[in-house]
Amino acid sequence: MKREPLLNAAILLGLLLVPLWALWADAPFTITLATKVAILALAGVGLNIALGLGGLVSLGHATFFGIGGYAMGILASHAQSFVPLTEVPFLIEGTKSMPVIWLVAVVFSALAALAIGALSLRTSGVYFIMITLAFGQMFYYFAISWPAYGGEDGLSIYVRNGFPGLNTLDPIQFFAICYAILALVLFLAARLAASPFGLALGAARQNDERVQTVGMDSFRLRLVAFTISGAVTGLAGALFADLNRFVSPTMFSWQMSGEFIIFIILGGIGRLYGPVVGAALFIILEHFLGGLSDYWHIYLGAILLAVVLFARGGLIGALAGREVAHD
Amino acid sequence: MSTVLLIEQLLNGVQFGLMLFLMAAGLTLIFGVMGIINLAHGSLYMVGAFAAAGVAAATGSFTLALIASLAAAAAAGALVELTVIRRLYARDHLDQVLATFALILIFSEGTRWVFGSFPLFLDVPAALAGPVTLPGGIQYPLYRLFIIVAGLVVAAGLFLLISRTRIGIRIRAGEADREMIAALGVDISRLYTLVFALGAALAGLAGALVGAIQSVQVGMGEPVLILAFVVIVIGGIGSIRGAFVGALLVGLTDTLGRFLLPVIFRAFMDPSAATSAGSALASMLIYILMAAVLVARPTGLFGKA
Repeated sequence: MKREPLLNAAILLGLLLVPLWALWADAPFTITLATKVAILALAGVGLNIALGLGGLVSLGHATFFGIGGYAMGILASHAQSFVPLTEVPFLIEGTKSMPVIWLVAVVFSALAALAIGALSLRTSGVYFIMITLAFGQMFYYFAISWPAYGGEDGLSIYVRNGFPGLNTLDPIQFFAICYAILALVLFLAARLAASPFGLALGAARQNDERVQTVGMDSFRLRLVAFTISGAVTGLAGALFADLNRFVSPTMFSWQMSGEFIIFIILGGIGRLYGPVVGAALFIILEHFLGGLSDYWHIYLGAILLAVVLFARGGLIGALAGREVAHD
Repeated sequence: MSTVLLIEQLLNGVQFGLMLFLMAAGLTLIFGVMGIINLAHGSLYMVGAFAAAGVAAATGSFTLALIASLAAAAAAGALVELTVIRRLYARDHLDQVLATFALILIFSEGTRWVFGSFPLFLDVPAALAGPVTLPGGIQYPLYRLFIIVAGLVVAAGLFLLISRTRIGIRIRAGEADREMIAALGVDISRLYTLVFALGAALAGLAGALVGAIQSVQVGMGEPVLILAFVVIVIGGIGSIRGAFVGALLVGLTDTLGRFLLPVIFRAFMDPSAATSAGSALASMLIYILMAAVLVARPTGLFGKA
């Protein structure tokens, strides 16, 4: 029973120690990889609120990731060209300030999640999967065909956005920002899962009829969960765009949505820290298998297939036992 | 804008819709009978296109190429069913999504490995090349007309297969009550393999037919797969008739939207803004259609409530 919290602490510590070691060993690329892990893990933690807690298999979470990315891209590109976004009805200027960008990313991805959720939660099961996938594709094509912000080519931002008191261009300082946000969100997600809302949401996943019988509106529970989930993934999108200083429609692609689900399954479904382990594993595999072969997706596919068919608890399940196994 | 152009776009929409039907019919059958959501259906479309391109390049025969696409996709489908899908019947949708997503990775990278990253080209056969004059003096590519006819023939054949033959009865019985037909002595696992191979063959055929007008490349299947999902959501899951109506609706909406919206926008915007706004809205049109259907009928037009 005590193994999972210990493991979680080790995971969080590990993600901190690797870049610190890299700083000492003067390996800035490793810091960047760790930053990528932290950001993708954040996106996965966001998806896991809908998927792990609410049982909502969303194959369209790249939508929110992309919206977060474009929130950063659009605001920063206006700031970098000194052209305001709009002058009517009142002046809105671009910004290079991370906190402002995060706020915009969270608000807009939450709004999108609210709208998409309101439509797709009218259905369930396989319909829900197909509809979230389709809406994701809608945003993807929209981003490609809307020429104002780069269309298919995407948008480059020359200088990383700023955070008060920090030099974000220094890899370890930017990592610290991403790591702090991930840790904060993990803490909040744990509180959410243990809250009355989280318990009701989990109950609605396990037995919808009973939840409705005791007078709770499971549609609203799910919609709120989906919105929070989208907002967290949107925040990750803004950070990811800042990491690359580049946004493009690929952030909206269905492969991205698929990868988020892969993080969750590799780490272990229903585990709070599953996406963190999963994202780390994914980046490690990408880095090492990608170095061995150009066709590393074959191996990734084979590993994923093996995990789904034979090792359903993922890595945390294998290490911590199955006491909170996915139902 | 002339009527001729409009009719040409209408025909293009029907042609696109029929190809979507071939994809959606297989998906909806597989879901209806086995309860499986198969993301790798787009890979089977790609397998069909590559098999056709390979055989056409080797033999020069388009007929052989089409046969190869059917055979290769059906074989790949049967293989996938026997090795992977079979283990997923008792699993939840999440596991099905992940396992078939893994299959996409394996199929796509495997194809890239064998054929390389460059697109292949499948030529329209000489007998079907060139335009044909339709009644009313409309010039239309003969090959696209051929695709329309082929799509209609396959659709009619599928309806007959499902409604008139013994296999069709078993498929429908399988949709209605799996345990019962197994208890009545039907070899259910063979039926599943058969349905999966049938759906795969339809996808492979669509891939080969479309491959001759577009390029044959890795990743060609997934956009079509997602459109087929939209078709199924609109038509109602498990319904072949729904897939047919939904596919034509999506095909026509998409094609006509791309054609008409920029024209309409030009009436009250300057031309370049109208083109970009029109095409951006047109790219979202079918999803808006899907959202509208969802609001009105969450189970789709022909779905069971």
